[in-house]
This record gives sequence, structure tokens and C-alpha cells, in this order.
Amino acid sequence: MTVLLDPRRLQSRRLSRLPDRAFVGGTGAVGAGIVALLVLILVLLATNSALTWQTFGLSFVTGTVWDPVAAVYGALPFIAGTIFSSAIAIVIAAPIGLLTAIFLAEYASRRIAVPLTFIIELLAAIPSVVIGLWGVFVLGPFLKVTVESFMVDAFGWIPIFRGPAFGIGLFAAGVILAIMILPTIVTISREILVAVPPAQREAMYGLGATRWEVISHVVVPIARSGIIGAIILGLGRALGETLAVTMVIGNGQDIPRSLFDQAQTLSSKIATSFNESEVGLQTSSLIALGLILLVITIVINVVARVFVGHATAAEAGLR
Amino acid sequence: MTAAAVPIPDHLRRASGRERRAVVDRSMRIVTLACTVIAIIPLVALLAFVTINGVAALNVDLITKPPRALGIGGGAVTAITGSIQMVALATLIAVPVGLSAGVYVSELAGHRTAGVIRFAADVLVGIPSILVGVFVFTFLVLPFKQYNAFAGSVALAVIMVPVIMRTTEEILKLVPGDLREASLALGIRRWRTVLSVAVRVGWPGILTGIMLAVARAAGETAPLIMTALGSRLLNIGDFGRPMDALPLFIYQNARQPYPALNEQAWGAAFLLLLAVLVINILVRARSLRGTSR
Repeated sequence: MTVLLDPRRLQSRRLSRLPDRAFVGGTGAVGAGIVALLVLILVLLATNSALTWQTFGLSFVTGTVWDPVAAVYGALPFIAGTIFSSAIAIVIAAPIGLLTAIFLAEYASRRIAVPLTFIIELLAAIPSVVIGLWGVFVLGPFLKVTVESFMVDAFGWIPIFRGPAFGIGLFAAGVILAIMILPTIVTISREILVAVPPAQREAMYGLGATRWEVISHVVVPIARSGIIGAIILGLGRALGETLAVTMVIGNGQDIPRSLFDQAQTLSSKIATSFNESEVGLQTSSLIALGLILLVITIVINVVARVFVGHATAAEAGLR
Repeated sequence: MTAAAVPIPDHLRRASGRERRAVVDRSMRIVTLACTVIAIIPLVALLAFVTINGVAALNVDLITKPPRALGIGGGAVTAITGSIQMVALATLIAVPVGLSAGVYVSELAGHRTAGVIRFAADVLVGIPSILVGVFVFTFLVLPFKQYNAFAGSVALAVIMVPVIMRTTEEILKLVPGDLREASLALGIRRWRTVLSVAVRVGWPGILTGIMLAVARAAGETAPLIMTALGSRLLNIGDFGRPMDALPLFIYQNARQPYPALNEQAWGAAFLLLLAVLVINILVRARSLRGTSR
């Protein structure tokens, strides 16, 4: 798009500049408000959890006991629950999501790919609480009698697969999260695969390569950093997801030792305990959990955007 | 198309037999297809169960009666009216804010300023919604020692604003620059050009973004837990007091040990899912048509 005249220099001198200045100033103030909002969230979460940081210092992060009666608070079990459940989700969703994106971008015809992509995007629009409801009453019981009981029977002698499995716990939460982050991974990866320049593929086809060889030797390597970005964005979503996880992860207060243990994530602990907590050290500690989660998700999201940004920049250069 | 006619370099020929490579190619097609099917199964299963269990739980009481104060029975009318009220107020707050910020970033801001605001909005989109609830709690609930529906609406608005801002910006980018230049060349002022030309032309797309943000806000539960709290009493218009919402109703009823209350949760989930999916399908189908044209 060529802009011959910079609109900013086109204002007529005879007209009063006041309305335009007011317009720019007003919308600009709102724009600055967006940045201020982000800063304010960080500041308010920090100041409202100050009591906890003063009381426990950094040992709050490494503490393993959460006991409101003794007024001792430690975040490690919930940090562990968050990391483990998200890790399970990524292990399941990353390969399935990438292969689905490859099918949609490379193998499927447009007539199939467009509606299928639409359907997968729709999955992202389903409210978390509805997925949680389905998770508690349908998916959990199903997992219990199939995958979980199989794993307990076959590998139960390995500590991390120790039963009994209830269909509620870390593993069920990981599966629910995998379902919820699939759309993120699939849609972004697909867009990045589609954006790989056709000349690169054609050169490889010209050498007589099969479609899979083109995908695995050319398309995926070029799209690699974008795909990594898509997976990290999915991870960011998994770390912060609240309701569905809260409903299926059970209520464990310790660091989970087995895949099938009940646990809590940072967000599910806040969701289940916030309304019952006393204003003071307990609420402050829950907000401190929120601050930890906030810092983790901001870092993850920024890293992901750097990857996705690099990918699009690289493609722009290739084109 | 005539790939067979192209001579295959020796190292490729030697590395693997042609047939073997063709078999690998075909099996990978099947593997990726299988993954796609696996990715879609949960959606189909979820829609099927919510529809079957939800329709079975639908009755007149569910949409006309408040829940019983104690025990089992009653309906979800408090939750339905609460959701409508809180989402409406959130939309009233979020649309002007998101629209202004989007217009500023797309039309008026310098390159660097726009980058900073865009970055902040992207980070805001990635913040877990429950933390937005905690944030709003600290200044709209804690000082007044009273859970209230206004705080719930503000929390939903905070979630909607970056979504509306980013879609507004993306849509305005698509409006051709010639239109703006033509308007400015006629001596029309900049604010008028932006509003009556750029925003006017991009309005259908902006509306799409607003509707998607509304659908998202309607399904949010976590930020309402520590703001609007939920309520078993019918609350029409009193934003200073707790208010129920459909997602809260589903969450709380699903946790009860009574099958009758679980059934109500399914019924409410069906209503919520129907509303959210109808908005999404209508809006996305329209924008799909728009892009193909």
C-alpha cells in the first residue's frame, strides 16, 4: 500500500485544530490506559500480597505446607501441580496438534481443510466450565475404566503410575488441558505451515520427493520456530486455565507423587479457596499464588510471541 | 505434474527404494488423518453429551424460577438474568474503551507507541482470567467488604477490552488508505475521517470482534468467583450486591452431591453452550464469506 501523502500533514490550517487534537488526545489516553492497566494488575497483585512476602520471603515459593490453621503458607505443591498438569497436556497435545496441522495444511484438500479448521476453532470457543462439567461426569469416569486402569495394571509397580486411579486427579486434568490447548496449537501451526513459500516445496518436488519428504525435510524445518511458538502459546493457556482443571483435578494439598494423585494448580487453588479465606495473611497468600502465576504466564507469552514473530519475519524475508 | 519424468538424483535413489518411500508417504497421510480425527472426537463427544443431558434437563422451571433457597428444585432464572445484565454492562464499558484504543493504535499513534500498546494488549489477552478477577477484587470488593455485580462486570470488561482493541486494529488495517486520503483531500478533518470513513467501512468486521468478545465474556466463570460471587436470590439491576451468572450456576451445581442439581447444571450448560456457539458460528460464517469475496 503506497501512501502518497502522509495524512498527518494534511490538516488545513484554516480549520481549527482543536477537535482533532481532542480526538487524538482522548483516544491516546485510552491507549495509554491499556498499558497502565497491565502495570496496575502487576502492582495491585504485588502490593496485596506484600504481607505474605514480608512474612515468608522467598521461602513462600519453596514451602510445601499450606496450613491456614497454623498460618503457614507455601506454594510449591501448587506450582508442582501447575507444571505437571501442563506438562502432561503438552506431551499429549503437541504431537497430535502438529500432525493435525500438517494434515490440514498439506494433505487435506481445501474443501475438507476449511470446515475442519472451523470445527477445531470452535472447540476454543466452548466455555471452560462446560468442558469441566463434561470432564467430571463423562471424561473422568471414561478415563478411569480405560486408560488409567490399564496404566495402573501394567505399570503400577513404577511409583509415578501407582494407583488407585479415580478418574479425578492430575492425569485427568492433563487430558482436559490437552483438549483445551489443541485448537491453539493446531490453528497457529497450520497458519505457519500454509505460509511456507510454495517455491521451497516445488524445488523439492522437482527433485522427485514424496509429499512426506517435502513436509519433513522442508516445510516443517522452515516453520519450526513458529511451531515452537504455537506450542509455547498452548503451554501459556494450559498454565492459566482454571475452571475445567479445578473441576477434575480433585483437591490434593501435597506435591503429587503419582500421575493419578489428586492435586491443585495455582489457579485452581485460588478458585477453590478464595471465598473461604480470611482477609489477612490467607488472602494475601492466595494473591501471592496469583502473582507467581502472573509472572510465569507473562514470561511464557512473551517468549512465545518472540518465536511466532521470528517465524513470520523469516517467512516475509523468504517471500 | 510430470514428476516421474524428472530424473531423480542418485543419492535419493540409493538412499531408499521408491516403493518404500511411497509407503512411508501413504502411512504418514493416514497417521496425520488419524490425529485429526482424534482432535475432533472430544468436540463431538462434548456436544453430544451436553445436548443429550441438557435437553433432558430442560423444563419451564429452569428458565422461569429461581433456585430453592434450601434443597433441590427451582431453576436458573437468577443465573440467566444475571449473565445478561453483567455481560451487557461489561459490553457497555469495554466497547468504547476497546474501540478507542484500537482506533488510536491503528490510525493515530506513531510506530513505536503503537508497538508498546499492542504488546500490552497481547500480554493482557494471555493473562489467566482468574487473575483478572483477583485484580478487580483488590479495588472493587476488598475496600467495600461486599461482593458485587459491578466488580463482576468490570472484570468481564477487562477481559473483553484487548480482544475488541486487537480486532478493531486488524480490521482498520484492511480499510484502503485511498478512502482516507480522499476524505482528507476534501478538507474533512481527521477525527471525522477516522470515524465516518475508516470505522464506518470497517464496522461489520469490528462488530464481529465485539460479538466474539461478548461470547467469551458470557462463558467466563473464574473472574466472577471473587467479584460477583453468585447468588440464589433474583437480582435485577442492583449492581452493588452479589449476582448469579450461568457459568457460576453450572460450576456450583456440578459440585453438589445431588443428581437433581447436577441435572440443572447440564441444562444450564446446554443453554450457555447454545448461546456461545450460535454467536460464534453466525459471526465466523459471515466473516468467512467476507474473506472469500
